Amino acid sequence: MSNLAVVAVLLVLVAVAYQIGLARSRGVALASGVRMHSLPRYHGLLVVLNAALPAIAVYLLWSLFGGSVIEAMVLASLPPEQIPADELQQRVVLQRIQNLASGFGMLGEAQAYEQAAAAYLQSLTTTGQAVTAALMATVAALGLFWSWRGTTPQTRARNKVERAIEIGLIACSAIAIFTTVGIVLSMLGETIRFFQFINPADFFFGTVWNPRFETVGTSGQEGFGLLPLLSGTLLIMIIAMAVAVPLGLMIAIYLAEYAPYHVRNVAKPAIEVLAGIPTVVYGVFALVTVGPFLAGMGELLGVNIRATSALTAGVVMGMMIIPFISSLSDDIITQVPKAMRDGSLALGGTKAETIVKVVLPAALPGIVGAILLGVSKAIGETMIGHGRRQLSGADGQPVRIGFHHHGVHHQPVDRRPGFRQPAVAGGLRPRTDAVRDDAGAQCHRAGGGAQVPRTIRVINDEPTH
Amino acid sequence: MRRRQVREKLFHWSGIAAVVIALTLVGIFFGTILKTGLPAFWQSTFVMDVHFDPEVVQIGPKPEPMPGESPAAYQQRFNQWQLDLGFVDFGQIIHKSIVKQLPEAAEHPDETLALVTSGELFALRDRVVADPGIIGQTVRLKLLADANVDVWLKGNIDRDLPDTQQQLSPLVRAWADQLQASGVIQNKFSTAIFMNPDSRSSLASAGLAGAFMGSLFMMIIVILLAMPIGVAAAIYLEEFAPKNRLTDLIEVNINNLAAVPSIVFGLLGAVVFIMWFNLPMSSSLVGGLVLTLMTLPTVIIATRAALKAVPPSIREAALGVGASKMQAITHHVLPLARPGILTAMIIGVAQALGETGPLLLIGMSAFVASIPATPFDQSTALPVQIYLWESNELRNFFEGRGSAAIIVLLGMMLALNAVAIWLRKRFETRW
Repeated sequence: MSNLAVVAVLLVLVAVAYQIGLARSRGVALASGVRMHSLPRYHGLLVVLNAALPAIAVYLLWSLFGGSVIEAMVLASLPPEQIPADELQQRVVLQRIQNLASGFGMLGEAQAYEQAAAAYLQSLTTTGQAVTAALMATVAALGLFWSWRGTTPQTRARNKVERAIEIGLIACSAIAIFTTVGIVLSMLGETIRFFQFINPADFFFGTVWNPRFETVGTSGQEGFGLLPLLSGTLLIMIIAMAVAVPLGLMIAIYLAEYAPYHVRNVAKPAIEVLAGIPTVVYGVFALVTVGPFLAGMGELLGVNIRATSALTAGVVMGMMIIPFISSLSDDIITQVPKAMRDGSLALGGTKAETIVKVVLPAALPGIVGAILLGVSKAIGETMIGHGRRQLSGADGQPVRIGFHHHGVHHQPVDRRPGFRQPAVAGGLRPRTDAVRDDAGAQCHRAGGGAQVPRTIRVINDEPTH
Repeated sequence: MRRRQVREKLFHWSGIAAVVIALTLVGIFFGTILKTGLPAFWQSTFVMDVHFDPEVVQIGPKPEPMPGESPAAYQQRFNQWQLDLGFVDFGQIIHKSIVKQLPEAAEHPDETLALVTSGELFALRDRVVADPGIIGQTVRLKLLADANVDVWLKGNIDRDLPDTQQQLSPLVRAWADQLQASGVIQNKFSTAIFMNPDSRSSLASAGLAGAFMGSLFMMIIVILLAMPIGVAAAIYLEEFAPKNRLTDLIEVNINNLAAVPSIVFGLLGAVVFIMWFNLPMSSSLVGGLVLTLMTLPTVIIATRAALKAVPPSIREAALGVGASKMQAITHHVLPLARPGILTAMIIGVAQALGETGPLLLIGMSAFVASIPATPFDQSTALPVQIYLWESNELRNFFEGRGSAAIIVLLGMMLALNAVAIWLRKRFETRW
């Protein structure tokens, strides 16, 4: 009995139940000669609910638990000396038996006990399927019969159906709660486990972020200080704000107060395009364009700016949140009543003075809200920093937060000569990089801790040392 | 007074300057991506005759299951055949073909093979498997040049660098120039980026197909789950929910979730779906579920706005002629709110399409060299593929390749947004 067949049978059941409900309600109406409370199709739907829902529930139960129950029974039926203690080994044994039972066969001779277990498995599966099918049929038939009998002119079928739909709606909106609970629970468990390894004081007030695991060959767990990550995130955020707030605000003021209609019509959507671009693309932009450009500028000015500095990440992140600040502030400035402007202008204020002294104070709460939205966006961002990881990853020499790095790429010109820069001599320890900065700091802020090692394991090709 | 007017002018001009700076940034942004990405769609390609020498290709046809044979035994025979196939030296075939164009290469088989990307060996093998009749024939084929050759010929590496910093030996570089001059290597539009999955050994034939399928599966899952659930939740909260603790809690939760950084959903997915539910890691199923959870708040909030925009007079009229509340909503409010709901859905899907962070945490940044066939297979997604390519060591090649992938991704997002705008214009109702 394949899943597809079951779905088909269930669909047929739904259709039949609906038709039965329709026919029955029409029959009852004709027979009794009374006006029915509900339209025939609500009776049909009610029959569907009564008959199909329990059957579906039975099937779900079987597909959720049936397999593992049968496996446990087969495993228990094996001769005790043939059951390996190791769970992985058990899986291998079960796989062999399943291959036998499904007729795939196995290479070499099958042991007698394996043959027996395979036969047992097959009989269990067939019985289980038969029982499930019988149960589904019974439940569906009972449901059908029950609603058949219950169809009377007084049956409030519509209310019942609507109630069921409403319960479905409530269940859908409750998913938000489950998601939140899931986030909290998943973080809580891992955090507790993390703090069993790492002293919380070391974590929150440590100044070194240099996590190493036993695989790297060091013993002891140290270097899990949160502060460097936090400072990196903060630094990037401050730079992003320094870029985005003046630009975004001036754009909003210009578009709202000065710009002619058609300029506004073109400029506003053009700037809003920036908000829809995937952040990974910004990361690439930072890596390929902005970083080398800033490094070149720094060279001109005599300042040593690395292409992978927090400055790059900050500038690009600022670019990303310009539209958040400009569009929202624009909307808010437009909402300031015209009377306030007219008053100021009538008293002889210039347009600039009106805006700075009257309009902006009136719009301030909204503007602050827009800026805060931008900040939260900047804090939660992960991918823009990834460019910094790549520059480092290419050489196996990860980078540290800030303007001063041990990275090898001093100038944009360096990117030209293909891969594998001559590796810098030893003594450079693996440092953090921006992906970890942001991701790490983020989940710490949200209360998660142990995710940090997992994050690194998944994202980072752990640099050997 | 004059100072005040000067200040006024200054203020005005700084506003213009801000807009101009922002627009310039947008321009630079798209300009650099197009400039680096577009040339990557054209790759250095060998166009030459390839002779499938029967001396070299000694392999029987693919075994078929025989009657009375157990599947396990057939599998063993099939594995043996694949092993034999693996030993066929397709490199020799390519070497001979190049020697025909470049006689001095005869003594240096290894250097010759450095010219052609290694994936083409498997492409030749697949040709033989698909059509054993090809053995002994000569076919004119297009073979992709090695990524380093492409970089060299396109001038993406400084040609004046000393030999120690070059990726190719002087001999191979000279050959590449020679073959290009004689027209054997041409810069041709390559479909590899669209048709192939990712590859690490054969960089020049690495493509987006795997990531595209992964993204497609995830988008389908997001649409199938987020659309009904999001719309149902929005209907309940907007139309039915009584003012009580439970609905307040739900509303606060949804607004909070909309502000939760996307990476946190990745952590949730890793713990709940992978560790608790034992769903396959790196699969687009888990990715789709995580992205569904991530986009749900967006969809719910936007759908509620769409429902709110339907004037109450519509509902009141329906209720007035005796419809139940559910009937008023399903028969009247929902159809009227449909364009808004569709827009909400498309915005959500576009957001999910461009999301990378959470996918990294559920293992979708893994290197996957095959095109996923079902949502349960390991896969990556388009943005993750961009991330992986941009972190590749051969940056001179993958900077362009990655930008080409970005063009594909942005093209898809633009298309989605265009559909959203078109829908809005088409069904827009003014009350």
